[in-house]
Amino acid sequence: MGAAIRRAIIEQSCRAHVGHIGSCLSIADVMAALYGDTLRTAGQNDPDRDRFILSKGHAALALYAALREAGHLSEEELETYCADGTDLSGHPEHALAPVEFSTGSLGHGLSIGAGAALGARLRASPSRVFVLLSDAECNEGSVWEAAMFAAHHGLTNLIAIVDANGQQALGRTSDVLDLEPLSRRWAAFGWDAREVDGHDPEGLARELEELNAGLGPPHVLVARTIFGKGISYMEGEIPWHYLPMSEEQYAQALRELDTAASDVQ
Amino acid sequence: MRRAFVESLVELAERDDSVVLLTGDLGYTVIEPFAERYPGRFFNVGVAEQNMIGMATGLTSFGLKPFAYSIATFASMRGYEFIRNGPVLHELPVRVVGVGDGFDYGPNGATHFPLEDVALMRVQPGLAVVAPADPVQTRSAMLALADLPGPAYIKLGKGGTPVPGLEGRFRLGRTELIGDGEDVAILAYGSMAAEAVEAMSLLEAEGVRSTVGVVASLAPPPVEDLAELLDRVPLAIALEAHYLTGGLGSLVSEVVAERGLACRVIRQGMATLPRGQTGSPAFMRSRHGLTAQSVADSAVTVLESTR
Repeated sequence: MGAAIRRAIIEQSCRAHVGHIGSCLSIADVMAALYGDTLRTAGQNDPDRDRFILSKGHAALALYAALREAGHLSEEELETYCADGTDLSGHPEHALAPVEFSTGSLGHGLSIGAGAALGARLRASPSRVFVLLSDAECNEGSVWEAAMFAAHHGLTNLIAIVDANGQQALGRTSDVLDLEPLSRRWAAFGWDAREVDGHDPEGLARELEELNAGLGPPHVLVARTIFGKGISYMEGEIPWHYLPMSEEQYAQALRELDTAASDVQ
Repeated sequence: MRRAFVESLVELAERDDSVVLLTGDLGYTVIEPFAERYPGRFFNVGVAEQNMIGMATGLTSFGLKPFAYSIATFASMRGYEFIRNGPVLHELPVRVVGVGDGFDYGPNGATHFPLEDVALMRVQPGLAVVAPADPVQTRSAMLALADLPGPAYIKLGKGGTPVPGLEGRFRLGRTELIGDGEDVAILAYGSMAAEAVEAMSLLEAEGVRSTVGVVASLAPPPVEDLAELLDRVPLAIALEAHYLTGGLGSLVSEVVAERGLACRVIRQGMATLPRGQTGSPAFMRSRHGLTAQSVADSAVTVLESTR
């Protein structure tokens, strides 16, 4: 599923002529694990469904692509990404039914997730709440307010995934506001913190399955990822936070995706 | 008013198991009746207002109706964007409860004076903004809001004296009238409503007949009621322990302008944030012209100048 998500990210970003491509590519495999394996009845109208909150809302396209792969969104709908009159905006909006909460203001999602996880507990629901954050989003103090609450109240049904791609809008996280040691920081806040390879969907799915114990502290996977993963000229390159692709760049990106696909076969 | 709030909340919680109370570590000697009766539905989130609002948003995902409680400055402003992107954007039944009206926190100083919360909240579409005038009206407002599907901001003063003639009346989107004089309309909410009623008596002694409009429902705004009242009087005084910009005075001016009414509007409120020289609520109100006498003086002066 990761490859299909990646291809949709490239195709739709080109068609819509928009950026945030690198941020979408870095979570393609995480989204594949979530929507391919982990989430239970997400996107359906089941009160006990797992909730997913894309707190790094600027990677909305990766979510839309995953929703299409999981059958919650049609190809025709996906084709309206960032077009006039669409519900598929550059940051997810709840007007689109499978989106639980509108996001795009960093630092908001984990507190919503903590509230939802507490709500599930109060309602004795088996629902789990997954929140995907960016690493630079952890600059926001509100993330740590939510982290403290979740740990204090033992919200084991809350699972955060941090997309640790090491980059933010204007530079490397290590240069802008160093987050390391990131997983130790989460652990110090009382979370079950694990380092994982963010480009290994099977490994991610296995790890996420193991968290399903129903006991203990909230969980966080610090997913080590590569910004722009899969497109050579975008990998680790800051400008791809904002830039759209030229026609030439688009053609090269498609060639690289084709090569990757034939390598797999 | 805070006691009336928590008593009403317990009453709501008795018949609705989705009612949950969050506090940002405030409400000592206020919230205990709820916390003791419903410990499983009470959460002190710590000194973290942003997270409190974010969590209230998330709680609604499981059908819960959270009340988020703090001092009005913190409740309204620290998490303002979370209110906007949460309960307002998603149209959720979250109740943000801000304690303190104007100078209720007197000697505590400027950080504790909510002088802009009505303005900030009033601009958010679909957010009910309610500022009851006394304990009985607080209970009426709480009951009126019980089944509101959208969000609300409830501004609670610390006063406890009933406003004479109000008798606890409250209707969302309406103005509650006291008296029927046609020389001047005095409009107020929260702690200023009592001053407005007292001003009515002072003016009566001067031979000036007035009507007090208690605008506890600032949003949805009671436009029709205000238009009807303002059409009958040559002068309206909007009294509020709040900045002149954006609050009740602005609402009244909007109605007068949009309806093309001939009524003159005097906004009696705060032009700026006081810095230093604090004192008791009574001292602060007196110092800043937020008293019955000051309203009466304004009315007499303006009416004489136009005679």
